[in-house]
Order: sequence, then C-alpha cells, then structure tokens
Amino acid sequence: MNPHRRSPLILTATVLVYIFLYAPILGLMLYSFNASRINVTFEGFIPAFSENVVMDGSLVKSSPCGPFHWYCDLSKNDDVLEAAGNTLTIAFTATVIATIIGTMAAIALQRYDFKIKPFSQLSLYIPIVIPEIVMGIGILTLFSQFFGWFNGLLGLTGDARLSMGIVTVTVSHIAFMVPFVTLVVQARLQGFDKAYEEAAMDLGANEWTTFRRVTFPMILPGVLSGALLAFTLSLDDFVITFFTNGPGSTTLPIYVYGLLRRIITPQVNALSTVWILIVLLAVLLLQWLQSRDAKPQADLS
Amino acid sequence: MSEFAVELRDVVKTFKTPEGTHLNAVDHVDMQIQNGEFFSMLGSSGCGKTTSLRMIAGFEWPTEGEVFIEGKPMGHTPPFQRKVNTVFQNYALFQHMSVFQNLAFGLEMEGAKKDEIQKRVRRSLEMVQLLGMENRRPKQLSGGQQQRVALARALVKTPEVLLLDEPLGALDLKLRKEMQLELKALQQQLGITFIYVTHDQEEALTMSDRIAVMSKGRVMQMGSPVEIYERPRNRFVAEFIGESNFLEGQIKSLSGSEASVFVPALNAEVVGTPTSEGLVNGEQVFISIRPEKIHLTEHPLRQNTFSGQVVSTVYIGSNTHVVVQVGELRLKVWEQNRISRLEPSSFYTVGQKVDLMLMPENALVLKKD
Amino acid sequence: MLKRLRENKSAQGTLLALPTTLWLFVLLIIPLILTLVISFGKRSPDGDVIYTFTLDNYLRLAGYSTNCDNGQAACFDPLYLQILGRSLLLAFNTTAIVIAMAYPLAYFIARADPKRRNTFLFMVLIPLWTNFVIRVYAWMMLLRKEGAINIIIGTVAHWLGINFAPLELLYTPGAVLVGMVYEFLPFMILPIFTSLEKIENPLYEAAADLGASPFKTFLRVTLPLSMPGVVAGTILVFIPVMGTFIVSDILGGRQYILVGNLIQRQFLDARDPAFGSAASLILMVLTLIVTYFYTRKFGFGEEIIAA
Repeated sequence: MNPHRRSPLILTATVLVYIFLYAPILGLMLYSFNASRINVTFEGFIPAFSENVVMDGSLVKSSPCGPFHWYCDLSKNDDVLEAAGNTLTIAFTATVIATIIGTMAAIALQRYDFKIKPFSQLSLYIPIVIPEIVMGIGILTLFSQFFGWFNGLLGLTGDARLSMGIVTVTVSHIAFMVPFVTLVVQARLQGFDKAYEEAAMDLGANEWTTFRRVTFPMILPGVLSGALLAFTLSLDDFVITFFTNGPGSTTLPIYVYGLLRRIITPQVNALSTVWILIVLLAVLLLQWLQSRDAKPQADLS
Repeated sequence: MSEFAVELRDVVKTFKTPEGTHLNAVDHVDMQIQNGEFFSMLGSSGCGKTTSLRMIAGFEWPTEGEVFIEGKPMGHTPPFQRKVNTVFQNYALFQHMSVFQNLAFGLEMEGAKKDEIQKRVRRSLEMVQLLGMENRRPKQLSGGQQQRVALARALVKTPEVLLLDEPLGALDLKLRKEMQLELKALQQQLGITFIYVTHDQEEALTMSDRIAVMSKGRVMQMGSPVEIYERPRNRFVAEFIGESNFLEGQIKSLSGSEASVFVPALNAEVVGTPTSEGLVNGEQVFISIRPEKIHLTEHPLRQNTFSGQVVSTVYIGSNTHVVVQVGELRLKVWEQNRISRLEPSSFYTVGQKVDLMLMPENALVLKKD
Repeated sequence: MLKRLRENKSAQGTLLALPTTLWLFVLLIIPLILTLVISFGKRSPDGDVIYTFTLDNYLRLAGYSTNCDNGQAACFDPLYLQILGRSLLLAFNTTAIVIAMAYPLAYFIARADPKRRNTFLFMVLIPLWTNFVIRVYAWMMLLRKEGAINIIIGTVAHWLGINFAPLELLYTPGAVLVGMVYEFLPFMILPIFTSLEKIENPLYEAAADLGASPFKTFLRVTLPLSMPGVVAGTILVFIPVMGTFIVSDILGGRQYILVGNLIQRQFLDARDPAFGSAASLILMVLTLIVTYFYTRKFGFGEEIIAA
C-alpha cells in the first residue's frame, strides 16, 4: 500500500503538467494547416480544389494539396531539404563515431587501471557542468585560430582555405556527445558480471571473439541507449552548431532559428510537425526492436 | 600423459587490497591432482580455493610459482588455450543465447563442423537429461536445469580436467544432494579429473577422492575424506570438518603410536594417538575427540575413563546429544539411539552421573599452533 | 607484440580510452585554455584578438567604465553586473519552478502501474525530441497578442462580460521564464523519477506501519531518498539555463539580455572575442561555483546519466 497513490492533488498536478508539455506542440501542429500565410491567427483549413494554389492576399483559398498545402510547399523547399540532409548526416556520422569511441572508453574506465584514467573520467563531466555556450565559443575560437594559422602557413587562399563547415560541426558534436555515451555504457558495465567473459574464454574464445560474441551483445542495450541519447542530442543541438557551422552546413535548427527572426509562414510549422513525427517514429521503432529483443528473457524474471 | 592432471608448485597469488597493502590470497600452495581423480578444495570464503581454481583455469596468473596442466607449465597461457573447462558458480550462461547456442559456443571456437556440433551438443544434453530444451533461453529454465546446462556446456568440450566452482551453491538442499550423487556418477562414468571448489564439508566428503582443506591461502591438510575426518593433522582441520571436543594438555610420554598427555582440566592423563608431525615430549598440545567417539559406559576400562555429570540432553532423532561436565570441562557426547528412548528410564537425565570412555585411537594428539 | 599487449592491462586501457580522451582534450580542454588566454587580450580594430595581458575585460564586466556621461575618466557602470544578476536570478527561478512542476509528475509516474510507467515516461520524452528551437517557436505562437493564450482568456472574459484587451505576453521577462521552464522541465522529471523509482513499496509500508501519516512519510522518507534525483536535475537545468541565449533572444526581445546573449553578441555582432571570452569564463566560474556548493551539500547523484 502506498499512501499517495490515489491522491487527487498529485493527479491534478500531473494532468496539468502534461497539458503544459503538450499544448504548445499541438498548437504548433494545428497551425501547420493554417490557411493564413502570415500565420498569426488561425484562419481555418485549406480546402482542396483546383490544380493551382489560389491566393487571396495572404490567405490560401485552395490548393491541390488541400490542408497539407504547406507540407507540399515544404517538399519543394531546397533549403529545408539541404538542412535536413545536413542535420541527418551530422547526427548519423557523429553518433557512429561517438558510440564507438565512447564505448571503448567506457570499457577502459570500467575494466582497466591506467595512468590517465582519472583525467579521462573527469573530462567526461565537462559537457555536463559547463554551459554549452562556453564550449561553443571555445571551439569556435579554436577552429578560427587554427584555421587562420594553418591557412597562413600554407598560403592557402579562396576555396582551398580550411573553413567552418559540416566537418567542424560533426567533430564538435562528437566532443559533447561522447561523454554521454561513455557514462551510459559505463553504468551498464557496472552491473556486468565478468564471469560471462571468463566463461567464453574458458570455452576457447580469444579476447576479440569474447567481446564480439558475449560482451558486446550483452551490453548492446546500453550501447544502443547511449547511441540514441547521442543521436537525440545531436539532432537537438543548436548552440554548438550555431558557433561551428559555416557555409553549406546549415542544420534544421539553425535554419528554423534564421526563419524565426524573419517571416514565419506555416511552412515552419509543417517542418516542425514532420520533424516531430519522424523522430517519434524512429524512437518507437527502436523501442519496439529493443523490447522484442528483451522479450524472451523477460518471461520468467 | 603426465602423472598429474594438474599440479600447483609453490604457487603464490598476491592481491592488492583497497587499502594499498598486499595480501597473499594463495600462499605457497603445492598440490598434485591425479588423472581421473575427484579432487575438492574445501574452505570458508577467502581461503584461496577459488583463486587457486581460477589460476588453473587461467583467469589469474600466479605471482610466484607455476601451474602445470598435463605436465606442461602454463605460465601466462590465456584460458582459451588451456585444456580445462569450468562450471561457474552462478553458471555464467549466456543470456542472449539459447541452450543449444550456449553449448555450441565452445565447439564453434574449436572450429567444429555444423553436424558434428549438432551431434555433440545432443549427446551432452542427453547426458544431463535436458534433451528437448535446446531452444530455451537460460532464464526460462529452473535453477537445477541451468546448473545442468552449465555442466553440459563445459563437458561438451570433452576436457581432460573439469573445474567446478561451487556449482551447487545456488540450489536448494534436496536438489543439491541429488546433484552431488549425479556429479560423482558422471565423473566416474567419464573418467575425467574433476577439481571441485566448495565450502560445504559434507559435499566434499560425499563426493571426493581427495580433499585439500584450505585456510588463509594455505593447504591445511590434503587426503582422502576418511583421512581428513579420522586423522586431522591440526586443530583447524579437526574443527572445520565435523565437530570435536578439544582438551588442552602437555605430553608426558611418547611411545610409538601412543602419547600420554596430562590434561590439567581433568587433572588426569589421557592416552591418545599423535596425528600432527614432529611432536616432542613435554610439548603443549590439544587432544581432539569427536563427540560420537566418546562412549558413555557402565563398564569403565582402567585407561581413559572419567566420571562426569550430565548437564543437558537434546534428542535429535537418530542421536541424542549429551553435554557432560567432567572436571572443569564440558564435553559433547553423541549417543546413537540404538535403543528406543520412549521410556524415561532409558534417557539420560540432567544431573545423572555417568562414566566417559575415550578410545586411545580416537583421542587425537594435535600440535598447538 | 600482441602477446605483450595481452599481458599489459594498463596499455590496453590507455589505448581504449585514448580516442575519447584525446577528442575531449582537443575540443573541450584546449578551447577552454584558449578562452582563458584570449580573455586577457584586447580587441583589434578589425574585430580580431591582440594577444596581450590586460585585466580590462574583467574590469569592464565588474562595472569599470571609461565611457562616462559627465566627462569623468572612469565611472561605475552596473550594466554587466545587472546582466549577470538577471541570469542568475532567472536560473534560480526556473530551477525552482521546474522542481515544483516535475516532482508531482515524477512521483505519479514512479508510483504508477509498472506496465504503464514506460508509456508515461515516454510521454515526457516526446516533447524533448522535438527541437529546442521549435519548442521556443511554439511558445512564441502561444504568447503572441493574437495567440492561443490571449484567445482563451478573451473568450472566458467575453462569457463573463468583462472587457478584455489582449495582453502583451511576448517579449517580456515572464515569457522568457515560461520558455526556460518548458525547455528544461523534462530534464528534471527524468532524474527525480529515477530516484523515486528506486524506493521500494515495503519502505512506504514500513513508514505507515511505524505510524507515519502520508504527509510525514513524504517528508521523512520519500523526499530525502529522492534528493539525489533533485540534485542531478538541478545541475541539468541550472547550468544550461545560465548559458542559453535563444529563449531570451526569441521570447524576450532584443533588449532582454542574459549572459548568453552578451557572449553571443561579442562574437557575432560586436566582434570583441576577448571581452566575450572573459564573459564566458565568468559564466563558467559562476556555474561551477554554484554546482560545487550544491553538490557538496547534496552529493553528485548517478541519476545525472539516467536522463
């Protein structure tokens, strides 16, 4: 028995907080169907008639896509598509690298004793205890100073010069993602009984086979949740990207931020809605995969 | 084939404690384990038995000394290059693999062919009566079944030596007893060497050909179960295996297989059998005598007979446990209930005068160290 | 070679940890050192850095000004101290509100039917997976004069027959506060949930058995045991709030300046990296001090990674 379980106070607070969490997002989604181009007030859904888009001032009277007019519009927006491509490229590349080196570090920190261990462990906490903007401007300074020095040294000019771009963004993303991967995997390893590895070796598997066939599959859920966390952080990141991007490496958050300071059409809302739905689907898929994997073991435990 | 399946020669294993000091978990241990032997290492936790086993398996390397398997020095040979296999304490079954995959793992590592793997896994499962469980996951099995899978997984590799680290520790008493007999039968049937680590003396006595009793990293005594029980070489072994009464005294005379010891608490001399090595006249010693080897008698002999008074009695079915005050000592005496104790007159009563008789061959004279 | 590596556990560990450690060293530690060096430098006319050693940037942050109204050579200008104070106050307020909102929800989830627990938790995470910028934008739409909040209040007022002029909600300090709370709420819910989930039912039963009322149980058992979660959540909320500039930028308008905005502008508009670096270091030191005292008092919970 738990004395608070049916407390109406807690229940009310819970409902209110959930409303607080979801109202803005649902509003945002609703406005993606807005007939008004200015997108200040909701002017109703766009009817689906005719072959062409019919405008009346800032109002869309009808569109071949109907209520989904802005989504159609979005799909024709090359800037958005490029930004989306950049975002995914960066997030994917950075996640793969961060997961690999982060998992390696987690194993080292959990299993081995070595000289730089205290330093390695401590450096993991930097992105947690230092505001992102401090890291952002620090990395910006590093790159600009280094590129200035390097370009001058080799006498590079024009397009040959090293400059900010998709590589600097990816490299910087890895820097703040790795600690999260390492900490998550480390936590998993803490509960890992070494006897499993010893059993594998005892049965004739060498170190690498033991890792591949036994250790890795067993810590995979931890590695996956570390990777998922890293991927989410990368997709969500604004500050680091803001300071490290360059021409051609605009990501979606940067793109949206740019729009917010200018005119906002319901296209932004459509973009946000698509974004939310894609991320949601991806996460649900991953959860489903994980739960399917864990099922046989959950039966009796 | 070498004379010994496994030999530990003057092996030391030192660990660093969290406080930074060094601790010899295994302290100059010598052990020779013969081919086809059921050998047990017995001791309480921290006595070095598991560390010794792990050094044979190759999970740890000796700080000093050498481990030989089949006569070959192991040095820093990794576990996967040793011809021994282990049954782990908590089985360490791979949770992400089915029973079949668990068994096949070791064979795959040998590079065995698919159909051979099939055949050998089947044979192994048959041996432990688990046919039909191939596709289960370890978590879907009972504790006893998991134990069998762990056993089969090690045996499927047909090792010359099987190492077992408290394999029955997680099972309930009844199942444990069953498995003890099964394991012993299996070992005799396969004719391979079993090295068995346990803290349970009864288990060790039941199954082993030979036992090494260990304490604080050292082997206190090595021998057959009968030797260990009947002829403990020191007080530790006498106390650890079974129960014993200890009488403190001084050797008055030594003659061949007998020693006469003056016990001040009884104010009398007790004749016993020396079992520790190197006893000398005048030495302070312990006499150890098992409670079931003291006779309560109405026909006292001249030698080794003492009068006492019953302090308490406890009826436990097969035996009656009687505590008798003799001089300044309280001795535990176990009387077998060969006769019915239903009649109150057949039962010992508190305060009753009794005579105790110790047979000299059962009164063991042990070094005091 | 392989054999020697196999036996040298220390070398194995170093090799495994090396990529991460190097990466963090080059991209997190060197930049911090660079920032420190530059913060003692000067601005060059073309917006670059002149490496020198001057405390001017720090003095300027502390209020020392040479740009005085009445012709004095030096005077006190509290502008930057005010910005720092405002940022700190906002971070404290945000954290307090977030704790108050997160706790009941986390409690509810932790005590919910285990089968539904994951779903409830998932519902907390979904908003987090939408983008940070998108979340600010969502509030921008709600808070506008023509936005949903004004519409709802207006409708209610209309029913009640009260005259209602739409409120200026956007571009106010309140808007920034709401935005911050919204952005970081999930980061508080998760760690508190994690620590509450660890409290097992028998503990509540024991408290009840020993005669504690539900309220007493909460105060004496639940709250102390969930402190690690609150601490972790506070770190996860307080630090980013101190450094965020988008929320104030979009919801607070140009004149509502926080440390984050100040730093960002030094690098992108004012082109004074030296001053920006000094401000950035002060920000870091401030957050480290607060974190240090806070964690020293309550400990650094492992819940921090649970989020």
